Amino acid sequence: MPKRKKSTPVQKDYQTVAKKIEPKRKVVINVIKSYLIGGFICFVSQLLQLFFIKYFNFEESKAGNPAIAVLIIVSALLTGLGVYDKIAQWSGAGTAVPITGFANSLASAAIEHRSEGYVLGVGGNMFKIAGPVIVFGTFAAFVVAIIRVALQSMGG
Amino acid sequence: MEKLIWAFLIGGGICAVGQILMDALRMTPAHTMTTMVVIGAVLGGLGWYDKLVDFAGAGATTPISSFGNALAKGAILEAGQHGWIGVLTGIFELTSTGISAAIIFGFIASLIFKPKG
Amino acid sequence: MLVGRQSWCFDSKPVIISSAAVGGPFESKCLLADDFDEFAEDLWLGEDSFEKAEVKLLEKACEKALEKAGLKSEDVNFMISGDLDNQITSSSFSARGLKIPYIGIFGACSTSMEGLALASKIMDNGGANYVLAATASHNAAAEKQFRYPTEYGAQKPPTSQWTVTGAGAVILGRKGDGPRVVAATIGKVIDMGISDPFNLGAAMAPAAVDTIEVHFNEFNIEPDFYDLIATGDLGFTGYSIANELLLKKGIRLRENLFTDCGMLIYGKDPKVFSGASGCACSATVTYGHLLNKMRKGELKRILVIATGALLSPMSYQQKESIPGIAHGVSIEYFY
Repeated sequence: MPKRKKSTPVQKDYQTVAKKIEPKRKVVINVIKSYLIGGFICFVSQLLQLFFIKYFNFEESKAGNPAIAVLIIVSALLTGLGVYDKIAQWSGAGTAVPITGFANSLASAAIEHRSEGYVLGVGGNMFKIAGPVIVFGTFAAFVVAIIRVALQSMGG
Repeated sequence: MEKLIWAFLIGGGICAVGQILMDALRMTPAHTMTTMVVIGAVLGGLGWYDKLVDFAGAGATTPISSFGNALAKGAILEAGQHGWIGVLTGIFELTSTGISAAIIFGFIASLIFKPKG
Repeated sequence: MLVGRQSWCFDSKPVIISSAAVGGPFESKCLLADDFDEFAEDLWLGEDSFEKAEVKLLEKACEKALEKAGLKSEDVNFMISGDLDNQITSSSFSARGLKIPYIGIFGACSTSMEGLALASKIMDNGGANYVLAATASHNAAAEKQFRYPTEYGAQKPPTSQWTVTGAGAVILGRKGDGPRVVAATIGKVIDMGISDPFNLGAAMAPAAVDTIEVHFNEFNIEPDFYDLIATGDLGFTGYSIANELLLKKGIRLRENLFTDCGMLIYGKDPKVFSGASGCACSATVTYGHLLNKMRKGELKRILVIATGALLSPMSYQQKESIPGIAHGVSIEYFY
């Protein structure tokens, strides 16, 4: 596991100076923007779910799936058109946290590495950013499930 | 409809939490998404995430945390039916759509589009 | 001749007999567009990858410099070049096309002045008749290698900078009319523990200040010796930090004396956040805009301190901080 070296007093002094001078991130505004866009994307997702329930006879518990699929297709399209990153600069986590962010990470990496060929380039690099999500999601689910099963079998 | 409003309110809230992780804690997008997915898995294991889905609908199923919940739920459900081995056989049962669609359409995008820089 | 520990005085004052600056589509609209020789219409230059396009940019700059000098590549003894690509492939592949004996260097964004200093030293030592010093960078190739895929929706913080798509080249000769390279100070690697690849200005500022201070000490001159002192790509953030550090050392540089190429090229365009960066930043601004000003008699003595951030994508993942380096070159022209 890589460890960050501790800074010397001279370095710490410098870092304080640098931190004072650098332009501050507008945290409050960014949080509000991400709330609005993120909320909107979830709103659209809900609309899609209702649409699929009404017109395609999906049951409520399963309607999330086609809604997610539509969002993914739209994200991949906007990524390919070169528009997604412009929206994301404004909305930050509002586009990164919903499933749209996951789709964008896969699509953008795939598109970027076309120049290295489809097998090694696209195939080999597609999960550059999304890989950790899948790895840690899977492992966390595994641990959580093991603990749950263990507790249940102990509880009887 | 009420569901739509809650989807907006809760979904926005989850994204705002992500923004705080990114700006205040200076986490990268990959670290932020990973954290949320793990939180989703933990809350899924506790049975609490499904309660969130019940009243927030898409506000809970659209963020990436829902992916973690689905992974955990899948493992737990299978284990309930088939014992310990179910933990392995069930993980991806419920999340097939998300991963499949993202891979398929990400790949199709690479067939059609060039990066714009 | 060696001056002090880390500076050179070039007694023969090699002449910059020609210089060239080429840019990409974004640069064609920049504040200094008039000082560029040529612009590419898009980021691809007819190639199928950004990396191959960068090779084309560098070749264009070198060919333009040769054309303006009235020389053929066979006339040039050495080509010194570097860039940001892994294993500096843009430079090697350009050298392949130009067929000039090639010395590859890496100084990240300080490559322009590192190359000019070395080229001048070779000339001054009688080691060549003509030396070509060049460098290039490409916005998309740099983003792809150091940060994220270009279409990825990561939110850039206000301290981030925009890598210039372009290339700059100069040819040094023993005689002729033109700005002359009189001295250089080679920088030390300075690391103040900054580890954010989206805040390279803060990572490089200490190195710039160190080289500036050493330069004044070793040559025993005051800042006013120069008409202009320009750092390479500290950007607005790094520039402010450098000013603060210089004040702490008792070095006061008036505003119209001290500037930064990363601020000059795009100004305060919101798209570029804290300013420009990339090897081509200091190269195109110096080899285009600043040398043109000298040729018109508007500047007589300038000191260009190109700054570089010596990180790799892997060093960042291994939780290393970002060391910086700055090389200074003194150029004069009495019109």
